[in-house]
Amino acid sequence: MAATMTAPLNTIAHAAAPANAHAGTPIETRHLSAWFAKRQVLDDVTLRMPSNAVTALIGPSGCGKSTFLRNLNRMHELVAGASMSGEVLLDGIDIYGPTLRPAETRQRIGMVFQKPNPFPTMSINDNVLAGLRLTGTKVADKDALVEWALTRAGLWAEVKNRLSAPGGSLSGGQQQRLCIARSLAVKPKVLLMDEPCSALDPTSTRRVEDTIREIADEVTVVIVTHNMQQAQRCSDQTVFFLADEERPGHIVEAGPTEQIFGNPVDPRTNDYINGRFG
Amino acid sequence: MTTMQNAGSHGPRRGSAVSSLVSMARQLAVPGLIAAIVTGIAFATTRLSGPFGMFVLWAACSLLGLYVFTRRSQGRMAATDAVASVTLGFAALLVVTALGFIVGFVLLKAIPFVRLNFFTQTLEGIDPDSPATQGGALHAIVGTTAQVLIATLISLPFGVLTAVYLNEIGGRLAGVVRVVIDAMSGIPSVVAGLFIYSIWVVQGGFGYSGLAAGLALAVLMLPTVARTTEEMLRLVPGGLRESALALGAPEWRTALQVVLPTAKVGIVTAVILGIARVAGETAPLLMTAFGNDRVNVVQTATEPQSALPLFVYQQFTSAQGSAVDRAWVGAFVLIALVLVLFLIARVIGRSKTARL
Repeated sequence: MAATMTAPLNTIAHAAAPANAHAGTPIETRHLSAWFAKRQVLDDVTLRMPSNAVTALIGPSGCGKSTFLRNLNRMHELVAGASMSGEVLLDGIDIYGPTLRPAETRQRIGMVFQKPNPFPTMSINDNVLAGLRLTGTKVADKDALVEWALTRAGLWAEVKNRLSAPGGSLSGGQQQRLCIARSLAVKPKVLLMDEPCSALDPTSTRRVEDTIREIADEVTVVIVTHNMQQAQRCSDQTVFFLADEERPGHIVEAGPTEQIFGNPVDPRTNDYINGRFG
Repeated sequence: MTTMQNAGSHGPRRGSAVSSLVSMARQLAVPGLIAAIVTGIAFATTRLSGPFGMFVLWAACSLLGLYVFTRRSQGRMAATDAVASVTLGFAALLVVTALGFIVGFVLLKAIPFVRLNFFTQTLEGIDPDSPATQGGALHAIVGTTAQVLIATLISLPFGVLTAVYLNEIGGRLAGVVRVVIDAMSGIPSVVAGLFIYSIWVVQGGFGYSGLAAGLALAVLMLPTVARTTEEMLRLVPGGLRESALALGAPEWRTALQVVLPTAKVGIVTAVILGIARVAGETAPLLMTAFGNDRVNVVQTATEPQSALPLFVYQQFTSAQGSAVDRAWVGAFVLIALVLVLFLIARVIGRSKTARL
């Protein structure tokens, strides 16, 4: 499975080969639009999310940022009546093209959800390995992988003595980091995070943010957040989405985080980041 | 009793429980007395008779009295509230009383004859004149166990697969399948028996057997297992499915390795409820298992077999008093069996809510 996974990527790896073996992969969208039944929620979104960087998606509720995220790993199409158009390129390959099955795509582009949801029937250890079991992937050294993933997610020190405890026995913040470890264990190229801290307390939020910064050197991170400080603290690039009467969800402004928060071009961006609407 | 306290709690609260009880008794004494007198008059003058008639009249008069007096002292809202809660109390009392009578009556009839021999002996070579302390239902208990086991082995996989189809796959035919399953749960058990009788016992030429009975029970058990399991699968949070899919899992692995294990306890409950549904079925067994006096385990698939409901039926229809006594014990064991299964389901169900 692992061999067939990387083969097409290597053949089209025209960009400079990353030095790090686990390096992330750039992902970009071209003219991406999305619908729920007849209602359009995204309109012509073209965006490049560079490798080994954190991209934050901000914007008021209902602006389509979560839908955008779910289009990046083909989760959008699981909703009944949902449809999309345009391209999503993972290192140059269209994930909606014929070369990749949806499950393969999702293996390479992981996702962490708003609500921590470790599998309740599995131990901490098994939760980390769940992605491998669920994809039928064999791994030589499971213990090493568990330790690696939990360390990357910043949870190893807290749980190393109780790996066989149920995943649900952890606190909310720990559960979310367990979910991050679970996503990392399948070695994704991109990690999508849909408001990963909105259900967590401030301390846990800080831990998860540290984790995001930590993992950014080997995986491309795209994070949806309602928290301006969070976007500032942990992202390299910020993208401001907006939906209004004239146009469904679209990008108003995208750029380096410092610029978006320090010197935004569009007055609506300025209003939003300063809390004047949304 | 609690309903009365609820009704009384609308009044001003007193310091201790005792004083509030005393005041409540004082409040209820006059209406209670009047209700009793009115009940007595009505019972003597109307055509309602017997304990049930008495109960109906007493309930009606008490409610009326309660309404009038509560309304005078505490207003309309409180009166309506009091009448509503007492009515619900009566309804619950009626149901529990009915159940109590059934179980109590069977107990009363059976207890004097519950002896060890009932569980260790069969009816083989038992004379019609033998007392109830001789002969037993071992063969019937064994038969019921075998038949229920066969029904479970068939309806568990098919029921769970149906539920997975309905809830996890939700194909275009899901609606049709759901209607068929619902219709199936309405099949009279005698029809299920006739169905197996005609296609298995007669057309198939396999004759009466425990296996045939198991098949008939499976027909009855399948819809219960399928629909209950579907309800349990619906309780599995959608976020777990999404997480599994987002890890790159195919849908079949998601269903098999995430959804079903999460709903495992619920599925056990579904199976136990299914067993309880069919364990007491008699009609289909008449046409499939037929009945037998001996223990039949080895030839379950080919020879007639007894079962507890069948044992009860056949002993009841006998003219001998001792046979009827055995039937009561059989009924008692059957009720106990179903009760135990329900208790197990409740215990398992509770541990489930604790975990989710």
